[in-house]
Amino acid sequence: MSEPLSSCSRAQQSFLKRLRLQRRSICLARILIFILFLVLWETSTRLHLIDAFIFSSPTRVLQTFLSMIRDGSILLHTGVTLLETLLSFLLVSLLSLLTAVLLWLSPSLSRILEPYLVVLNSLPKSALAPLLIVWLGANMRTIIVAGISVAIFGSILTLYTGFSEADPEKLKLIRTLGGGRYHMLAKVILPGSVPVFLNTMKVNIGLCLVGVIIGEFIGSRRGLGYLIIYGSQVFQLDLVLMAIVLLCLMAMLLYQLLGFLERRYRRRA
Amino acid sequence: MNPLLTLEHVSYAYHQAEGETPALSDISFSLEPGHFLAVVGPSGCGKSTLLSLISGLLMPEEGRILLQGVPVREARANIGYMLQRDHLFEWRTIYSNVLLGLEIRNQKTPEKLEKVDHMISSYGLSAFRESRPSQLSGGMRQRAALIRTLAMEPDLLLLDEPFSALDYQTRLSVCDDIYGIIKEQDKTAILVTHDLSEAVSMADQVLVLSRRPGRVKLCLPITFSMECRTPLASRNAPEFKDYFNLLWKELNDDV
Repeated sequence: MSEPLSSCSRAQQSFLKRLRLQRRSICLARILIFILFLVLWETSTRLHLIDAFIFSSPTRVLQTFLSMIRDGSILLHTGVTLLETLLSFLLVSLLSLLTAVLLWLSPSLSRILEPYLVVLNSLPKSALAPLLIVWLGANMRTIIVAGISVAIFGSILTLYTGFSEADPEKLKLIRTLGGGRYHMLAKVILPGSVPVFLNTMKVNIGLCLVGVIIGEFIGSRRGLGYLIIYGSQVFQLDLVLMAIVLLCLMAMLLYQLLGFLERRYRRRA
Repeated sequence: MNPLLTLEHVSYAYHQAEGETPALSDISFSLEPGHFLAVVGPSGCGKSTLLSLISGLLMPEEGRILLQGVPVREARANIGYMLQRDHLFEWRTIYSNVLLGLEIRNQKTPEKLEKVDHMISSYGLSAFRESRPSQLSGGMRQRAALIRTLAMEPDLLLLDEPFSALDYQTRLSVCDDIYGIIKEQDKTAILVTHDLSEAVSMADQVLVLSRRPGRVKLCLPITFSMECRTPLASRNAPEFKDYFNLLWKELNDDV
């Protein structure tokens, strides 16, 4: 991509130029849509087309944000949600990897557990949240468990499927070289599953955030999920919308972080 | 001379819930050290199963397989096995791909590493040591796969259609290449192939299997009058056509 322009033909140069132009216009269109949305939202509240008390407005959201920055409370709420999400994400990554390895090492275990995993995976995890509160109490631990519960079963299933789809001929190669099941795991399955793992992590980070917010809805006094519930109960919709905007930003940031890791892996490989 | 490998009345069948599929039935033959045996037969006649049995990945249901007079599983002799595709791992460099077998067996000794280095340079892969497999041509990949197998210093080399994934041009030259390396290292080899001309051009002995379940139909010794034999030169030899036709007839008379 960063090839010097002088070293390629004129046709290639014009191709690269068109490519760059295309990229730039896509980026521009994205930003324009965002600005258009903000302008529409703001003007329609100013012109009283919609009620600013219910629908809030970009300036009101910003004002709420600034005042909460001044008293420092927004940093606390955002930080708590971020911490809970990251912790549950790390635990999900670790636990699902370990479980998938265990399932791969023991085919009979995986056949026994398969229906359980499938059921647990398709169960709506928000149904579990009230139980978790009762069992574990209204604290951060519960919220992290809620975050884990949303992502972990799907993650185990995806990783295990990825492991089982390894080329049987590659596994045979390991056997012809005198290796056993441990070598298959260490030399073929794990290194070959890095792309699947990175992809699963990208999905998991979003799911963990979902789980954490569900947990905060019902059992917390801190975090963005709490702000949303609190705001809607006292009819401060500026607060609710601000929390949602921050959630959007957080989700985007976390996703980008994993995208960055993935690109680094691709470049190395 | 004592044979390196002996098969005595070997039979094998695959078992599934739907029923059993006999793959090989009553196979007997022996192979002298330094000889090159080609196994041909219609597809699905159990050629690959035969190699899996000899390598000890599968156990024969009947009969015995002896390597230097000892059952394969107990034999201390090494068997190298080359699969249909090279299966070089994209996440490793060529050099670390070549070392995979030594790594698995914990045999990365200085002497063995030196031998590997020597093979890499004499078989023209020095410039690609740190490359990824996808940067190499099909022929070079197959050579890297052969070095990976030879690094274990096998006494017997099993080749399971190692050229079938290559295009025709590359195939002829890689065939010459690999044959040269095997002869230079003085290895005993068994080549499984469905390509009759490949079998005739490389082997000292061709074993013809029948349709499933595979039985030995014919064991044909191949000799050429030329001085230094290469697969490509053999293809132009006057005897080539006769051997080919003989095998062709043998394979086709039960269709």
